[in-house]
Amino acid sequence: MSLDKPYLDVPGTTIFDADQSRKGYWLNQFCMSLMKAENRQRFLADQRAYLDEWPMTEAQKQAVLARDLNRCIGEGGNIYFLAKLGATHGKSFQQMAGSMTGMTEEEYRDMMIAGGRSAEGNRHAGEDGNAQPQHQPQGSAAKPGF
Amino acid sequence: MAKITASVYTSHVPAIGAALDLGKTQEPYWQKVFSGYEYSKQWMKDNKPDVIFLVYNDHATAFSLEVIPTFAIGTAAEYTPADEGWGPRPVPKVQGHPELASHIAQSVIQQDFDLTIVNKMDVDHGLTVPLSLMCGQLDKDTGAWPCPVIPFAVNVVQYPVPSGRRCYNLGRAIRNAVESFDQPLNVHIWGTGGMSHQLQGPRAGLINAEWDNRFLDRLIDEPAKLAELPHIDYVREAGSEGIELVMWLIARGAMSDKAPTVKHRFYHVPASNTAVGHLILENNA
Repeated sequence: MSLDKPYLDVPGTTIFDADQSRKGYWLNQFCMSLMKAENRQRFLADQRAYLDEWPMTEAQKQAVLARDLNRCIGEGGNIYFLAKLGATHGKSFQQMAGSMTGMTEEEYRDMMIAGGRSAEGNRHAGEDGNAQPQHQPQGSAAKPGF
Repeated sequence: MAKITASVYTSHVPAIGAALDLGKTQEPYWQKVFSGYEYSKQWMKDNKPDVIFLVYNDHATAFSLEVIPTFAIGTAAEYTPADEGWGPRPVPKVQGHPELASHIAQSVIQQDFDLTIVNKMDVDHGLTVPLSLMCGQLDKDTGAWPCPVIPFAVNVVQYPVPSGRRCYNLGRAIRNAVESFDQPLNVHIWGTGGMSHQLQGPRAGLINAEWDNRFLDRLIDEPAKLAELPHIDYVREAGSEGIELVMWLIARGAMSDKAPTVKHRFYHVPASNTAVGHLILENNA
C-alpha cells in the first residue's frame, strides 16, 4: 500500500512527506551543513565546489545555484531546511516565501500587510484563486528565485 | 505535588526574534505585534512559574533528516540557542529541569506515549521567540530567563505528523505526570507555533483570520471536539505551516477539565508571513 495523500489537491502547495523527504535527502542535509559559519563561508566562496561535495542530483544543484525555491521544493527540499540556504544569502523568511510567488519583495510585503493571501479559490485545485496554476506568476518579479 | 496552573499559546515567528534582536520593536509594523504582549509580560511577572513546559517544533535545527522523533522531551540541564543559519540569537541559555523532565518522561511513557528522550540539543526560534515575547529582552550573558524550561519538541515538519487527538490526549498524560511529581512546583505549559501561515510555493502568504479566530474560540470552549479536526483541514484552511497548531492542543489537554479563565487574547496579521495568535488561560482546578 502506498502513502495516503489527501493533500495532493491543495494548489500551490507541496507537503513534505516521506516520498519528498527521500527525494530531497541530500539537498536538505546540504542545507543543514550551512548552520556552521565556516561552512557558510566555504559555500559562498565557491558554491559549485561546495555542492559537488554532496551526493545531490544535478537538478538539485542547479536549483540551489539559481536560488529558485520552487524548484528546490520540487526536487525534495523543505522550507525549514532551505531557510538555511536563504539565511546564508542574507534573506529573511518573508523574502524567501515571497520569491516563490512571482511577486516582488514589495508586492508580497504589501499583500501581507493587507491581510495576506485569501483562502478563497485557493482551497482545491480547479478553483480560480490567485495561487492556482493559471494565475502564475502572480506579480512583476523579473525572475524566479530570491 | 506539582500543579499546572496556566497555559500560554503563541506564534513563534523567527522575524519576531530578529525584530527584537535588531532593535526594531518601536517600528510601527512591529509595535502592533508587541503591543499584544504587554499584558503578558506583566502577567508573567505577577504569576511567575517555577517551571515552563514548552511545547514547540524544531525547524530542522536539532533534528535533521537523520532522526525525526515525533515527540521529544528535553531532560538536559541546559540548552544553547541554535545557529539557524544567521548566527545564534543573542539570548540567554535555557536552563532545564532534569528531575521534573525525567519524571514526566517516565510517567508519560508508562501511559503509553513513546517519547524520545533528549540529553543534548540546541533550541531554535520555536522555543526562544515565545520566551522573548513573554519575558522581554534579556542580555545573553548577564540576563536569565525567569525559571527553568522543559523543551518538548513535536515533529510537524515531515509527514506523518501526530494527529490533533493524539496531541490532546498526550496533554492529558502530561497533566497526570506533573500532578504526580512530589515537589510543590507551579508549572506553566505553553503551546506554540501557528497560526495560519504558508511559507512555500505559489500559495505562500495564505492567512485565514476567520478560521484562526474560530480555532481560538474552540480551543477555549470545546478542545476535545477541536482535536478531532483532520490534518487536511489545517493545510487547506490555515496553510501548510498552519499544521503547527496541533501543538496548541497538547497544552490545552494538560489543563483541567473545568472551563479555564481567559486572561488574555490577542490576534494580529501579519508578522512577516504569519498570523500571530496569543492566549493566556488560567486553570480552575
